[in-house]
Amino acid sequence: MSIAKNKKSGLTGDRVFRLLTSGFAAFIAVLFVVMIGVLWHESQPSIDKFGFSFLTSTDWNPVTNQYGALIAIVGTLLTTLVAMLIALPISLGIALFLAEIAPYWMRGPVGTAVELLAAIPSIVYGMWGLFVIVPMMSDWIDPWLFEYLSWIPLFSTPPMGIGILTAGIVLALMIIPFIASITRDVFLMCPQNLKESAYGLGATTWEVVRDVMIPYGIKGIVGAVFLGLGRALGETMAVTFVIGNAYHLSWSLLAPGNSIASTLANEFTEADGEMYTSSLIELGLVLFLITFIVLSFAQLWLASGNKKRGG
Amino acid sequence: MNQKEEKSEVKIKVRDLNFYYGDKQALFGNTLDIMANKVTAFIGPSGCGKSTHIRCYNRMFSLYKGHRSEGEILFDGWNIVDPEVPELELRKRVGMIFQKPTPFPMTVYDNIAYGLKLHGSYSKSELDGRVEKALQDGALWNEVKDCLHKPGTALSGGQQQRLCIARAVAAQPEVILMDEPCSALDPIATAKIEELIDELKKDYTIVIVTHSMQQAARVSDTTAFFYMGKLIEHGPTHDMFTKPKNQQTEDYITGRFG
Amino acid sequence: MLQSRMNRRHLLNRAVLIASTGAAIIGIIMLFWILGDVAIRGMSVMNWDFFTALPAPPGEEESSGLANAIVGTLLMTVTAALIAIPIGLMTGIYLAEFGKTNLFGRLIRSLSDILVSAPSIVVGVFVYLVMVKTMGHFSGWAGAVSLAILMLPVVIRTTEEMLNLVPGEMRESALALGAPYWHMMVHVVLRSAKNGMITGIMLSVARVAGETAPLLFTAMNSPYWMESMNEPMANLTVTLFNYAMSPYDDWQQLAWGAAFLITVSVLVVTIMIRLLLAGRSKH
Repeated sequence: MSIAKNKKSGLTGDRVFRLLTSGFAAFIAVLFVVMIGVLWHESQPSIDKFGFSFLTSTDWNPVTNQYGALIAIVGTLLTTLVAMLIALPISLGIALFLAEIAPYWMRGPVGTAVELLAAIPSIVYGMWGLFVIVPMMSDWIDPWLFEYLSWIPLFSTPPMGIGILTAGIVLALMIIPFIASITRDVFLMCPQNLKESAYGLGATTWEVVRDVMIPYGIKGIVGAVFLGLGRALGETMAVTFVIGNAYHLSWSLLAPGNSIASTLANEFTEADGEMYTSSLIELGLVLFLITFIVLSFAQLWLASGNKKRGG
Repeated sequence: MNQKEEKSEVKIKVRDLNFYYGDKQALFGNTLDIMANKVTAFIGPSGCGKSTHIRCYNRMFSLYKGHRSEGEILFDGWNIVDPEVPELELRKRVGMIFQKPTPFPMTVYDNIAYGLKLHGSYSKSELDGRVEKALQDGALWNEVKDCLHKPGTALSGGQQQRLCIARAVAAQPEVILMDEPCSALDPIATAKIEELIDELKKDYTIVIVTHSMQQAARVSDTTAFFYMGKLIEHGPTHDMFTKPKNQQTEDYITGRFG
Repeated sequence: MLQSRMNRRHLLNRAVLIASTGAAIIGIIMLFWILGDVAIRGMSVMNWDFFTALPAPPGEEESSGLANAIVGTLLMTVTAALIAIPIGLMTGIYLAEFGKTNLFGRLIRSLSDILVSAPSIVVGVFVYLVMVKTMGHFSGWAGAVSLAILMLPVVIRTTEEMLNLVPGEMRESALALGAPYWHMMVHVVLRSAKNGMITGIMLSVARVAGETAPLLFTAMNSPYWMESMNEPMANLTVTLFNYAMSPYDDWQQLAWGAAFLITVSVLVVTIMIRLLLAGRSKH
């Protein structure tokens, strides 16, 4: 079949091709607009009724139809914070180990192991957390913390095994492989001669990492951290199993609580009544907004980093 | 032996060619004649516009937004500069070889057949015949005739480039443009291709961009020297290299710059 | 004086190296612990019944398995792929070929990035509102659609990246032979990028195969064999969720089995991807 026979047929084919692909691309825009639109529209009853106080109220009462997002928001932020505090040093440690310290024969297998860990679905982490971490927490760690550290408000409620701390730990386990493997890749990208120049001046390994590798790769490292952060904020299953599903706001990490995602997971199918449902949807919108803000911030930070380097 | 007296005819007439990358002008008033069945070489330092010039001949620049040419490139009744010129037909008649060999992700056979199938329909036996002829013209037949159905990427660098030449020749163009065809190849592969060029010029008009003056001296009949987008001088190769008319040409050839 | 400073530096270095090695050891222990637990507890449930029987009420002696859930997950994942792949491929092609710098291209790229970060449960809520509410019931279709939305951005991004890897000269060679643009795209460029794009698709499938949250409100779950996709559909992940949280031992056993099956599948796909990628780079 002669395809290039005349200019006309070639051009029409090209035009069709371009139209076709841009049409599909436009679908993404449409999808996005519809998603935000629908979520916004369905939250209207709740927005109208509670307005801004939705974000600051700790009510969550299906009986009186009073809803406020504060407990869920705090739960989301706290579990994520705990997770990041635990995950960051460990991830950095693993990345450093894989990039600089481990003997060569170990780097491949262990690195692969970490990457495979990152592929495991979060629900498996959640379930494992329920059956393994929770007993550990309720039998050993929580009682210990309560006994010795209850004078700190962070550990002031009776130990139950489940709760914010446990959820934070499970979340951390989930995001560590993710952050670690990306950070390791960033470390590996540091040019050999740059490191050798530092070693050649008599620096120790740690000093090379601190003064050369981390600054060189800071953009990628921060990017990895933000990606992990985004995942942790939106994570449902790893948290829902172990957070305790309680409407309870306190400083204590040992207390059970709720995150936005776990609230939705537990209550959405049973919510009856327009106000209840609409408040839940508004919660979802808030979560979407939070993750969006965090990730946009990350994008902007990374983009400005580019400009500074002049490239 | 009947020796046909061939009067040198002009295959492509370039008159006052200007070229712009957006706002930046890259070619300034180039004027020259490309003679039929001869090899014309373009030389000059990097960035002097020789590749830009040659890519005007098959309107390769129309791929990119903001690139445009002005002036005249007269080829067989067409002015190639004119956007109304049927591009696909133009490219059938003016083929191009690139610096890096670009075998398509298909078998050797399919690579050659690709250009053929674009412009005509052939029976299986016709196709077989044409593929074989093209590979012979490309001095590759003997090396691949037993592995026509191996992927094109399995060949060596020099073989891949000859594959690209065979592929271009299969479409039976009249002009073959070569943009530094040997710069990615080793000396032996280069020599093979230069031999091939000598054979090809019997049937095709060849324009070759090269950064090697020695290569230009070896293969070409006419040489054109470019500098900063301007065509400084052109003429018979032998004269260019022994008694250049222009001081800049002489400086370049003797290695004082570039 | 200089010596004591040196000592301090060495000490600090040692401390960091030990801490970092410790972190790595913790990480590796965790990996083996989790995989080991899932394997041990899950494998004991792997028998013929698991793959062929329907879930029985807890405490019953009759054979119990997750056959319907396995089929349900497969059905929804495949459907989701069939939805997401064409859209994602085409969009990726647009972004790589026509949308590199123009406004529309940049917009779509940004939106795709935002979509990547959308919490999966919010996507589930969205599909619930749009499909389940309007249709009046949960369905396998809704589940598949929510999975497809999660797959889309991954397919788009990897398609675009793989196409960008095809050298410009390859494209120009085809055009120089007189090929129309679309012909060059289909016969030369897409063929070159084929392997990479398959990898991207497999990556996205691996990502959604283990997703639970979006299915909670779309496909829900079901203890029966599905008769069509137009009804609540059993699946491994929601089953896992329900059974693990239940107080029944035999249900919890099944949950471990589901966890094992999901983990193994995802790991197998991930390993296949790495082998595919390694094979390419050898070329």
